[in-house]
Amino acid sequence: MTNTPRDLAFLRGLTQSRGRTGSPITRRDALRVAGLSAAALGLAACGVQGKKVAAPQASAAAGYWADKKKTGTLRFANWPLYIDKEGKKYPTLEKFTKDTGIKVTYQEAIQDNSTWFGKIQPQLSAGQDIGYDLMVMTNGIQLGRAIALGYLVQLDHSKLPNFAANAGARYKNPTFDPNNTYTVPWQSGLTGIAYNPKYIDGDVTSIKELWNPKYKGKVGMLLDSQEIANFGMFLLGIDPDKSVQADWEKAGVKLQEQRDAGIVRKYYENDYVDALVRGDIWICMAWSGDIYQQVAEGQDLKFVVPDEGGNIWTDNMCIPKTAQNPVDALAMMDFVYQPEVAATLAKYITYITPVPATQALVKAEADKASGDEKKSLELMASSPLIYPSEADMAKLRSYKTLTSAEEKVFEGIFQPITQG
Amino acid sequence: MRRKIAPYLLILPGGLWLVIFLVVPLVFMASVSTQEGDVVNGFVQTFHLANFTDALVEYKTQFLRSAGYGLAGTLLTIALAYPVAYWIAFKGGARKSTYLLLVLLPFFVSFVLRTVSWKFLLADDGILLQPLKDLGLVPAGFHVLQTTVAVVGGLTYNYLPFMILPIYVALERVDPRVVEASYDLYSTARDSFTKIVLPLSLPGVFAGVLMTFVPMTSDYVNASILGGPSNTMIGNIIQTEYLVNNDYPAGAALSFTLMAAMLIGIFVYAKALGTENVLEAAAR
Repeated sequence: MTNTPRDLAFLRGLTQSRGRTGSPITRRDALRVAGLSAAALGLAACGVQGKKVAAPQASAAAGYWADKKKTGTLRFANWPLYIDKEGKKYPTLEKFTKDTGIKVTYQEAIQDNSTWFGKIQPQLSAGQDIGYDLMVMTNGIQLGRAIALGYLVQLDHSKLPNFAANAGARYKNPTFDPNNTYTVPWQSGLTGIAYNPKYIDGDVTSIKELWNPKYKGKVGMLLDSQEIANFGMFLLGIDPDKSVQADWEKAGVKLQEQRDAGIVRKYYENDYVDALVRGDIWICMAWSGDIYQQVAEGQDLKFVVPDEGGNIWTDNMCIPKTAQNPVDALAMMDFVYQPEVAATLAKYITYITPVPATQALVKAEADKASGDEKKSLELMASSPLIYPSEADMAKLRSYKTLTSAEEKVFEGIFQPITQG
Repeated sequence: MRRKIAPYLLILPGGLWLVIFLVVPLVFMASVSTQEGDVVNGFVQTFHLANFTDALVEYKTQFLRSAGYGLAGTLLTIALAYPVAYWIAFKGGARKSTYLLLVLLPFFVSFVLRTVSWKFLLADDGILLQPLKDLGLVPAGFHVLQTTVAVVGGLTYNYLPFMILPIYVALERVDPRVVEASYDLYSTARDSFTKIVLPLSLPGVFAGVLMTFVPMTSDYVNASILGGPSNTMIGNIIQTEYLVNNDYPAGAALSFTLMAAMLIGIFVYAKALGTENVLEAAAR
């Protein structure tokens, strides 16, 4: 081969581009081709994602379950500190394995509904396995989206006899999932007011205390839009269940006033507990189980459901549509509705159990126990945080179920308050 | 023939890496940023450029605030890092590497954990503020957490090593004989610093600014852990748009706007500092 100038230029091509004279491919060309192919890829990717599914049909569920078999393994994604644990063992899961022969891989993979949904959404929309067969999500925007997008399996209730027999009436057929088509509750909880009696004189009963200028800079509110929206509406005497856009706007004004007056220290996620214990805040919106655990550990904190109202929410077990072991997941859903199992879970988790029969079991156990053990079991069996009274229950409201269009309006009102 | 394609083969791994993990996502994001819709009903490409103007109008405050925090944090890190780097480079002696290790030591602990531990240090009735309150040096209602001071402080603390290291490298390259020569020419210590050492170390400062200002401005961890309602940064907004609202177009438009603003800012800055020289020196 002769070394013509043309060849030299080509040799130089990538490293020392010097214009295009005679050279078949220059660095610029190479990069341009790369850029174009990337652009083509990008354009091809335009306008995909997301597909709303039709209303659930019983025949679809039967079709799904017809060819599914027990595999003997289960991958369970749950929230931190949300199951009984002794050292590194999970007694409830071990009992499950003993009773059913199903081995469980248990991960505390979920910290927060929105992040969790953000993580699994691309995989589910592509029909890929998310690595779990059973997961726990709170009723709210993300669970609503998962249902609307057809990401969840319709449950076969013929395999859930314990749920049918033992779940409390108020935990069945919730508004966010009629007939428990896709979900059954794991635990419930309340959002009320927690305060530190060291700094706050007298009993707090009203939600107005969160707007009290006396506590300027010492009030903690929650970051979640649904949580604060309900509290704003309670303050105004509006029932969130029946609220419309005008009500949200009024609540938004109240919450904005509270913020502008410097009363709100911060809009917290789970970190409000530390702030409350440390004294950075004196009074705040809080989740019942968190405060129950702090009190059980000896902290002097109080929790109340305000007279005007409080929130009740449910964390729900559900099966993603790409689950590899759905029959095993269904077995777990039913297993935890045995009263003894539910009681074990309730004793550790200290939120609200969906199995009312556990109260009698805990009481009976308290009668047999002695000393500190007896005291803590008695405290639990009589605690309105774990077994809310009918009076409290009447004051509690769920998050409002929103359509996609409403959701935009709703977030448009409340997010600017928490994220100014 | 092999020699001819060799250069292309050499660029292949790095080039592919860039294309797959930078160019493709960027193009994808650009495409998403002009789509309309929501996550349930799907997003459709409509070349809806209003996403950009909407984002700018709605979150103007957070954009400006982030730039302000980034700037304040960067200036603070320069003020803190320069003396440290100077001391290590010129007075560090045989222990230089130990001191550098000390500078890097915080990186062995997770970023989030370090920031969270600030909450304990700075608690209203915590180990720092309680004694000050007892002594009456600060009023009882005084607090640091959930203020601008806490957020800028957290940013400065977290990114300090990124400023120390490049300045150190630049100073380390300064030939001591040049400084000696300046003394031989009857320079004062001050002149010797401002006219010799400082200009020679500017490329390090420049590199440090790139490595701190850019991540500081888009940071969201410090604002969410140490900040209050009025300290929300643009990074927090982008996170909310992506993860909470699943409004990918709005998030993408915000990210692009942020990226463009920072690129322009950096180019202006590079121009002002005499561009080529500085960039070349920094790359040396």
